[in-house]
Amino acid sequence: MTKELLKGNEAIAEAAVRAGVEAYFGYPITPQTELLEYMSRRLPELNRAFLQAESEVAAINMVYGAACAGARVMTSSSSPGVSLMMEGVSYIFGSEVPCVIVDVMRGGPGLGNIAPSQADYFQVVKGGGHGDYRPITLAPATVQEAIDLTYQAFELAEKYRTIVFILLDGNIGQMMEPAELPPMRAAGGRSNSAERSASGGHRAAWALTGAQGRSKNIITSIYLVPEVEEEYNLKLQAKLALIRENEVRCAEYQIEDAEHLVVGFGTSGRVAQTAVKQARAEGLRVGLFRPISLFPFPEKRLAELARQARSFLVVEMNAGQMIEDVRLAVSGQGPGGSTPPVKFYGRMGGVVPLPDEVLEAIRGIAK
Amino acid sequence: MLTDVQQEELVYTRPDALAETFTHYCPGCTHGVAHRLVAEVIDELGIKEKTIGVAPVGCAVFAYNYFDVDFAEAAHGRAPAMATGIKRVRPDNVVFTYQGDGDLAAIGMAEITHAAARGENLTVIFINNAIYGMTGGQMAPTTLPGQKTTSSPCGRDIETMGMPLKMAEMLAGMPGSAYVVRRSLHNVKEINRAKKAIRRAFDVQLAGLGFSMVELLSSCPTNWGISAVESLKWIEEHMLPYYPLGDYKVLPEVEAMR
Repeated sequence: MTKELLKGNEAIAEAAVRAGVEAYFGYPITPQTELLEYMSRRLPELNRAFLQAESEVAAINMVYGAACAGARVMTSSSSPGVSLMMEGVSYIFGSEVPCVIVDVMRGGPGLGNIAPSQADYFQVVKGGGHGDYRPITLAPATVQEAIDLTYQAFELAEKYRTIVFILLDGNIGQMMEPAELPPMRAAGGRSNSAERSASGGHRAAWALTGAQGRSKNIITSIYLVPEVEEEYNLKLQAKLALIRENEVRCAEYQIEDAEHLVVGFGTSGRVAQTAVKQARAEGLRVGLFRPISLFPFPEKRLAELARQARSFLVVEMNAGQMIEDVRLAVSGQGPGGSTPPVKFYGRMGGVVPLPDEVLEAIRGIAK
Repeated sequence: MLTDVQQEELVYTRPDALAETFTHYCPGCTHGVAHRLVAEVIDELGIKEKTIGVAPVGCAVFAYNYFDVDFAEAAHGRAPAMATGIKRVRPDNVVFTYQGDGDLAAIGMAEITHAAARGENLTVIFINNAIYGMTGGQMAPTTLPGQKTTSSPCGRDIETMGMPLKMAEMLAGMPGSAYVVRRSLHNVKEINRAKKAIRRAFDVQLAGLGFSMVELLSSCPTNWGISAVESLKWIEEHMLPYYPLGDYKVLPEVEAMR
C-alpha cells in the first residue's frame, strides 16, 4: 500500500466503508459535510444504505434502528448537531446496541462558528445525554490516526455493544495529509462471504431480524422497577469498568527524562508536540502526553508520570475541560503523596493555538 | 355441571402474534382491540417470523411485551425514524410502528412527516384517542375544541391552542404515502373495517408500494372520565364529526391489489 493525499472527513468515510459499514444516516453540517457527501456517492455503489435524514434527531434514531437490526452503522455531525443527537445517544447506550459516531467539533456555544474547537469534550466524554453513561471516545491527531481509529471503532463498538465516538475538530476533518487506507472488508465487517452464509448471516443473536426459529428479541431501555433498573445500571457500569481496564490508548513523546509534561489531545496535542520539540532545542526537559482514548481516560499512566514530572501543562482549544481529568489523575500522585501543579493554556471560539504560544507557556512552567 | 369443552368447535383463540400475557391497559381501552387486529393480520399473512415492531413512548410503551414478534422501544416520537433505519438495512422484514397521538402528532411530527414524504416502505398504526394517556390525561394535538383535559381544564381553547390536527388528511398529502386511511374502534362493524384496513396496509408494505398508515379512533375511558360504554358513544358523537372515517390516500397500484 502507498500513501495518498487524503482529506480528513473523506478519509474517515472511506475507512468506515472499508471497515464494512452497512449504513450511514446523517444531516449536513459544517465542518463535517464532506463525510456525508462522500457516503452519498460511495455507499449506493456498494449496495449499502445511505440516507440524508430530516434532522440530526432523525439521523441518530435511524442509526438506533439499524443498530437494533444488527447492522454495522454510523453517523457523523458537528457540535450543534451532536447536541440534537444526545437523546438518541442515551437510548442507544441504554439499549446496548453498537454504533459509531463521528463528531467534528466547531466553535460554540450556540451557533458559534465553523472553525476548529475542542469545546465539546465535556459533552461527549462526560455524556451530554441523560443517565449514567459513557461512550468510548477516541481522539485522533492526524488523518492517518483518524483512519486507523475509525477502522477499529466498529469492532470496539460491537465487542462491548456500546457507542464509539470519533472526536476530532474541524482542523483534522478539513486538512489533507498523506495517509494509507486499510484493506477492504465486506459489509458487516466479515472478510469473506462464505463465513457469513455459513453462519446464516452475520447478525448478532440479540439483533432484531424476525423471530424465526427462536423466541422474540426485545431491545429496550425501560425498567420500571427501581431495583431492576439499578441492577441494569450496575451491569452497564461493570461493562464500563471492563472498558476502563482494556481500552486505554495514549501517545507519548520525549517523555523518558521529562521534568515537565504537556498534555493535549487531538489538534492541540499535535500543536503542543511541535512546541515540545522547540522547547527541547532550548534544552528544556519537556515531554508530551497525548490521550487518544478520552474515555477511558489514561488516568493510570498519568498517575505514574506524576511521580516523575514536576509540573503539567494542559493545552486545549477550549476554556479548560480535559484539565479536570488530568487534575483528578495526578492528584496526590506526586512524590510523598504531593500533587504536582497543573497549569492551563487554551484558545477558544475556533482559534487554534500556535506552537510559539504553547512554547511560551512551556517556558512559563519550566523556568 | 361441567361439559366436555373439547367437543365444542373452537371459534375464538388468541392470535399467535399476541403473547400469552396480561396487558397493563385500563379496562375498556381500545388498545387491546387494536393489538388484536394487528396480531390477527400478522397471523393471516404468515409474517410473524419476519415482522419487527417499533413501540412508542406513551400507553403502548410496553407493546413489545404483548406482541410475540421482534420489537424495539423508540424514544418519544422517533419510531418512524427508527423503523426507517431498520427497514433500510433489512428490507425483507416487515416493519411497523405503533404510535399514539402525542407521540406521532406532537413530538414526532417531523419524523412521521418525512417518513411518509420519503415513501418509507413501512406500516404505521396510529392510535388517536384525543388525549395523552400515560402521563395522565393532558391535552394532545388531537384533543377536540372545548375538550377538558388536565392541561386544558377549561376545555381546549382554539384561540390559543389552535384546532386539532387531522393526521390522516395531512399525511395523505405527502408525495410518498401509498395508503392512508382513518377507521374507528367504537363498534363491531367499524372494528371489522379497521381490520381490513390494517390488512391492506401490511399488504401495501409486502408489495413494496410505500408508506401506509391506519389511523384508529380509540377510547380512553380513564382520562376522559367516563365509562367504557360511554367512551364508545363519545367517539361516535364527538370524534367522528371532526375526524371523518375514510380513505384519504389510496394509490392506483394499491387499488389494483383488490
